[in-house]
Amino acid sequence: MKKIITTVRGWFRRFSRYWDLLVLLVQRDIKLKYRRSFLGYLWSILTPLLSMAVMAIVFTKMFKRSIENYPLYLICGNILFSFMRESTNQALYSVIGNAALLKKTYVPKYIFTLSKVTSCMVNFVLSLGALLIVMIATGQPFRWMNLLIIVPTVELYVFCVGLGLLLAAGTVFFRDIKNIWSVITLAWMYLTPIFYSVESFNESKEPGVIAVSTLGIIIRRFNPMYMYIQQFRYFIMQYEVALIEVPCHLLIWRGAICSVLMLIIGLLTFNATKNKFILYI
Amino acid sequence: MEQIITEQTTEKQVTPKSPRPEVVIRIKNASVRFNVAGEQVDNLKEYFVKLVKRELRFKEFYALKDINLVIQKGESWALIGSNGAGKSTLLKLICGILTPYKGTVSVKGEVAPLIELGAGFDPNLTAKENIFINGAILGHSRKFMKEQYESIVEFAELEDFMDLPIKNYSSGMRARLGFAVATVVDPDILIVDEALAVGDAAFQAKCRKRIRELLDRGTTLLYVSHVKAPVLELCEHAVWLEHGEIRKLGATKHVYWAYEQYLAGKKH
Repeated sequence: MKKIITTVRGWFRRFSRYWDLLVLLVQRDIKLKYRRSFLGYLWSILTPLLSMAVMAIVFTKMFKRSIENYPLYLICGNILFSFMRESTNQALYSVIGNAALLKKTYVPKYIFTLSKVTSCMVNFVLSLGALLIVMIATGQPFRWMNLLIIVPTVELYVFCVGLGLLLAAGTVFFRDIKNIWSVITLAWMYLTPIFYSVESFNESKEPGVIAVSTLGIIIRRFNPMYMYIQQFRYFIMQYEVALIEVPCHLLIWRGAICSVLMLIIGLLTFNATKNKFILYI
Repeated sequence: MEQIITEQTTEKQVTPKSPRPEVVIRIKNASVRFNVAGEQVDNLKEYFVKLVKRELRFKEFYALKDINLVIQKGESWALIGSNGAGKSTLLKLICGILTPYKGTVSVKGEVAPLIELGAGFDPNLTAKENIFINGAILGHSRKFMKEQYESIVEFAELEDFMDLPIKNYSSGMRARLGFAVATVVDPDILIVDEALAVGDAAFQAKCRKRIRELLDRGTTLLYVSHVKAPVLELCEHAVWLEHGEIRKLGATKHVYWAYEQYLAGKKH
């Protein structure tokens, strides 16, 4: 027991030593992201708004009838999924991109992965401005309950840190993971109810009898992105039922389990392979 | 005189001259092994193709073989040897970037590597921003860097270029900045890997002066260079590495002389 405490204390001491570096790296990413662009940080709000507009125009005819406040529904799914895609894509390059530095000096390597996911998180928080605009434009009332979106946001952040560590470590050894990953995120996007609702898989053969499709069940049970996005939507759009309805509780728990599991997998992989990075970067 | 344990003399260790020497670096029977694939397989597709065809073979390659080295506080050591002899690998071992395949390496104190030619610099950031990031990489807090900022800029003599992105810097200017940041504190161990070769003569002299000051205050120096003069000037001791093994170690003059003999022999 004592041994565990000293190891954990050692971790924290080393982490606090590099805390300033983490902050500086996050600042750098944000500064460089929009340096030399006319609208600057406004792009963090404009990009999700514009992509929502495009999707809304394309899909309105197909799904509008079944989904209430479709623009808001879209943008909730969109900003969360974009955060996942952005942060994992950046994390993928976080170790190999700093090869020159890692070859010269000792720096805890996870700092680079963590800083990439964190700077994407800052960008995500900025993009909540777009959400706000859509809420106002569509007349969605504001409630204190809305603030609970912090729960799925933190869950997703932890999930992406874990996934990012796994991908960063993997890419050191196999460079084509980046190609595979872009295909996986594409498939993942279509398997996540961003522009459709998971209920649309249910077929009603006879009036009153609803057959739940297997694909729908798989998405509900095994797609972590569904858990985070659906929670998020509960707190933004259906706050009346959010804390009463069973599915929302379930989503919070399942989401938390997925996050922690992913983080553990990521940490273990990264830790087991980090000493070999230098031979491959 | 010599406080080094070589492979042959492990048993009869020479007692050091100072009463209580403080060992800062102790390398014991350290070997570094690389797996060099016949061809470097770095993607999944090839990996599986080779796996199926049973062509996955790795050649073992020792970058360092059975290195024994004890370095005490305040000593200055030169690492010499031909290209690919294992000098940089040895430095990486000491920095903690590489872990030995066999043997042990123990290092006491802060290691400040001179990050040469802006490996730690982001080309798109200004020099000022880079100073802070580079300081953080070396483990200094932001508060500390703010206090030291003026003296860093002054030492580098780059007052007028602080808001310029590093990509517009010349390699000499980058080296100046790197040196100024690395020596902002008295590091316990300073590693200089040919970083000074790019500065102009005046700045090189200034760097050597700073290094000598650090040495006087108890910093341990590890110096890699192919240029003879600074090695003889700065370092009391030298290690000569060849093919990953220590060929000779001892007083710089003797080791360097032997090295030169070897080089001359190789030419003919």
